[in-house]
Order: sequence, then structure tokens, then C-alpha cells
Amino acid sequence: MTSETVLELRGVSRCFGANTVLDHVDISVKAGSFTALLGASGCGKSTTLRIMAGLEQPSAGQVLLNGENVSDKTAHERNVAMVFQSYALYPHLTVAQNMALPLAMRHLSVFGRLPGVGRLSPGSGGVRKMIHEKVGHAAEILGLEPYLDRKPGTLSGGQKQRVALGRALVRDPVLFLLDEPLSNLDARLRIRMRAELSALHKETGRPFVYVTHDQAEAMAMADQVVVMIGGQVAQAGSPRSLYEKPASKEVAAFIGTNAINLFRPEDGVMGLHPAADRHVIGLRPEHVSPAEDGTLEAWLETAEFLGSEILLGLRTTTGKFVRAIAADDYCTPPPGSLIRLGFTPDRLHAFSGESGLRVELGA
Amino acid sequence: MIRLSRNVRDGLTDFWLAGPATLAMIVFIFVPVLVVAVLSFTDYQFGARDFVWIGLGNYSKLFGSALGQKAITNTLLYVALVIPASVGLGLFVAIGLHRMLDWAPRLSHLLRTVYFLPVAATLVAMSVAWQMVLHPSLGVVNQFLTLLGGEPKSWLSDRGLVLYTLAVIGVWQTVGYNMILFLAGLTSIPPELYDAADVDGAGGGWSRFWTVTWPLLGPTTLFVLVVTATNAFRVFETVATLTKGGPAFASDTLVYALYREGFVYFKAGYSSAITMVFFAFLLVLTIAQFRIVERRVHYK
Repeated sequence: MTSETVLELRGVSRCFGANTVLDHVDISVKAGSFTALLGASGCGKSTTLRIMAGLEQPSAGQVLLNGENVSDKTAHERNVAMVFQSYALYPHLTVAQNMALPLAMRHLSVFGRLPGVGRLSPGSGGVRKMIHEKVGHAAEILGLEPYLDRKPGTLSGGQKQRVALGRALVRDPVLFLLDEPLSNLDARLRIRMRAELSALHKETGRPFVYVTHDQAEAMAMADQVVVMIGGQVAQAGSPRSLYEKPASKEVAAFIGTNAINLFRPEDGVMGLHPAADRHVIGLRPEHVSPAEDGTLEAWLETAEFLGSEILLGLRTTTGKFVRAIAADDYCTPPPGSLIRLGFTPDRLHAFSGESGLRVELGA
Repeated sequence: MIRLSRNVRDGLTDFWLAGPATLAMIVFIFVPVLVVAVLSFTDYQFGARDFVWIGLGNYSKLFGSALGQKAITNTLLYVALVIPASVGLGLFVAIGLHRMLDWAPRLSHLLRTVYFLPVAATLVAMSVAWQMVLHPSLGVVNQFLTLLGGEPKSWLSDRGLVLYTLAVIGVWQTVGYNMILFLAGLTSIPPELYDAADVDGAGGGWSRFWTVTWPLLGPTTLFVLVVTATNAFRVFETVATLTKGGPAFASDTLVYALYREGFVYFKAGYSSAITMVFFAFLLVLTIAQFRIVERRVHYK
């Protein structure tokens, strides 16, 4: 894998009227990488993707594709493929025709694309054969062969999603853009498609840019996660670095299966760290657990048994709500019991009270 | 009290819901059509005490006489002019106004109302206005023509022109309605499909239209075609108020002939035969449209 940059956004801004949706966004996508754009709805991640695709123009800044400024090129000229949240399949075309459309638009003349008479167009025979083979190949990869002659209306959500992927695959694009492709699928199918997408990514070797609001999805698939908050890039990095060194309080709150505990100085929770009176201290639930010699004291309010672990909801003596995780064999005392909690000191994060940015605590 | 089984109760509910409308349909539509069909084989006149069965006499009179043939060919020509023009223009205007929504929503809404006015207006009243507009010497159209150096024309009394004039008025009257239907159809097209077309290289004006707009408007187009065709076949008000089928039956149409024969000359038998022919035309046209277009518009 080379580290050559395929796509780069430089200082991209986008305004709708007086409303700034994107504010100086810099993102670079390396060859063969899997980048996830992660954020809550309305954070500008979909707009970023649409600007990458060429469906929307940036108000300021540059879009570079293989080092070339493509800001004024259409999506088709950029040769990027995009998979939409709603699949956006053409309902009147069969699965095979849906997948063949981008190739037909590229390689056949207007006359050659006509149904029936198009076969008479000179030189279209070879192109038709090539299209047929490529569609067949993509259908084979995605397991769509039995459905090639069906219309999208008769397919299930997962099958439609595959057709949408197939339409992207056939053209061998320089870049795959996926806009929340799994959000309309049920939970089980979503997990399966996650693995299939990762496999597809390895097989094509092309960079993927993947928009999602689900941090688990982003963490599981991506090698670069770009967290977007309020139209700005809050942090970009590997899933591990985002989890271990979140750049701000907001990023810390976004990443992680269980929401992080944030202790503000005014919460008055003692026994965390000497800096707790100046900074916001962040501590993930998975790093807080019941311990005989723990330094925190809290009353148990709720306990959720999750199988592999138990999620505890507690309230400290100063009234601050704390989440902690206990092992699955933990003997949960009745609600209202006073429990001592221990935590791993080196897993503690500190953030500035004013800016919310990460503060490195000296040893 | 006997508890009826669930199936029987459901059946009774269905009967109560659909029954009255079905009954009204039978009494007010099917029975009269049957009566008309029977009358069309007689020489019955309104007010007469008896009638004679004359078999297909009325039909051979309609298809055999120059006058009858004229009414049929006039109607077919009128329909052939109005359907494509009205549907085509309706779609054209709808696409224009739909695009205009992006940069001039107020103007778009205003124009939509303007286009819809003829639909809402009473055609009989509007015919008076058309009479003024098309007046051979005072009319705006002819004054404009002479201003441009053309020859003034007798729009409503020239045998070669009158049917086309009526067709133009017919189009003017129905374009607004078709436009509203197409506008609704356009709004229901998911915008992601246009994005997909952009990405797939079908982003140019024509390829966009043929890849997304036209196929997705299929169901709307079928409905518009059926409605326009039915209305065009029924052309009556403009003929009755502007030309009375003249000059020399040059603008005589089926429905106007049926009105004249039945309600002016009281030839109930003959006008029933015209009604049946009119009915048959409409039925054939509608079935044909459904057969041809339906296969292409239902995507399931």
C-alpha cells in the first residue's frame, strides 16, 4: 500500500445563504485507505461527501483528485462512484440494466443506447459484450446473479444495497463514496454487510470514503476516522488514536460504545486526579469498575446485564451520575447500595474547561 | 340474539361499504347505457308512442352518410391534435416551472396559477372571450397579424381552419390541468435519482430526462393521457357556443351531432347510435392506452 494521496480537500467551505455548513475542512484520503466521515446528523458530513463527488460545489477551497484541481468537474468526469443511503436505483430498469447504466453512458453512443435498434449501431457489439461481462463479474462478487432480470421493486433492502454497490463496482472508479449505505438495513444484516464492505474494499484496492453517524461502524471498518462537529473537522486519525487520545471533549463523547463520564470541576467529585479542580476529567465506563480499594464512592441506581459485562449506573455523594462496567460475574448488590469504584489512572483524559480541548497531564 | 360468525360480519361490512355506490352505478349508469344500446337499434323519436326495430339502420346511416363520416373524422382529427399538443405542452411547462422553483419560486407559483386559470374558468364563458379575440375584423389575433404584414383570417368561419382553431382552444383549456398533474409527478421523483444519474454520467439535460424524469413520470403520463383523451373526445362547449358545428359541418363532432340529432331533432334512436359509437371509441382508446403504457409504468 502506498501512502500517495488520492483525494484532498483544502480549506473547503460551503454556505447556504447565511448558513455555513462547512467551515474550512481539510481532509486527505490516501490510496487504498478506508476513511470514515463520522458525525451527528447536520454536522456537514454528507455535504462533504457530495463535494467530493462533485454533486455540489464548494463556496471556497479546493478539491484535488490525484493532485489535480477538479472543483469544476462533474461527478462523472471525476470517475468517482457513489452509493446512496436510499440506494437510488432506477425503478424502471432491471438489476442488470441498473448496473450497466454507467458503462453504457460512457461507452455507447446515444443511438447505441436505444433499446432494440441500438444493436444496429456500428461497433456496439464488442462494447455490449464488454458491458455484459463486467456486469456479470460484479454480480458474481455480490451474489446477485439470480436477480439480474428483476426490477428493484421486487428486491429486499439488502439486495438493493448490493445492486447499488454493483453499480459502483462495474466502472472501476478512482474512489468509492458511500453515504450511510447501511443505515436502512436491519442490525444483523448491517453487521454482515460491514464485513462484506471491508472485503470489497480489499478486493478493489480503491480508497473508500464512508459517511456514517454510527461510531461503531466507523471504528470497525475504517483505518482513518474523520470526526466532524458543526461543519468542522474535530479530529482525524486512526480509530485507536481517536479512542485513546480524543482531541476534545466532544470527540471523546462521540467515540466509544458507552458514553464517556465527564467530570466538571463544579461536580465536586473527589479522588480522581489533582487536576480535577481545573480541568474536565473524562473517564470511559469501561475503565471504571467496582473495586474494594477504589477511591470513588457512589450509590448504585441501575444495572443492565449485557451478557459479557454489566453496565452500572451510579450516583456519587455529590449527585453526579457515573457509568461503570463490571465483569459479567460481578455480584450486583441491590440498588441503593454504596459501592467503591476504582479506575485505571493512565486511561484518564483531561480537557480544558473553556475550550474543551485535550490537555496533556504531566506524569 | 344470534352471534354471526366473523366472516359473515366482515362480509356484511363490505356489503354496506360498497353496496350503495354499486347500486347507484347500476341504476344511473349501466341501466341507462343498456337502454341507449337498445334504442340505438330502433327509429324511436322522443315523444313517440311506439317504435320500429330497424337493426343496424342508425349505424349504417352514421357510417354511410357524408355527414356522419364528417362528424367521426372531425372528432378523430381533433383528438389527434389535442392529445399530443396538450400532453406535450403540459409536460414542457411543468418541467420549466419546476426548475423555476429553484431560482424564482414566487414567479413559478404565479405562472402556475395563470396556466391553471383556463381550467378553473367556465368554458362557455371563455368561449365568448375567444369569440372576441378571434373576431375577423376587431379581434386581437387578426390585428396582430396585419401589424406583422399578414393576411387577416376568418378563424371560426373558414372551413379549412375552424377545426384547428377549436383544437388550439382545446389545448389552451387543458394544458393547465396536465401541467398541475405533471408538476405533482415531478415533485415525487426522489432527488437522489438525479444525483445517481449525475454520478453515472447521465447528468446532461437530455440523458437526465430520458434516464430519470420520463420513466418516473410514467404513471402520471398514463393518467394524463387518459384524462386528456376522454376530454378531447367529449369536445362540445366550444363547438356549441362558437361554431354550432359549422360552417357547413366543418366543425361537427360526435358529441355535438349527438346533441343536435337527439335534442334539436328529437331522433332518439339515431342519437343513441352516435352515443354507442362515441362510447366504443372511448373504451377502445382507454383500453389501448392502459395496455400499452401500463406495461411500462409499473415497476414492481
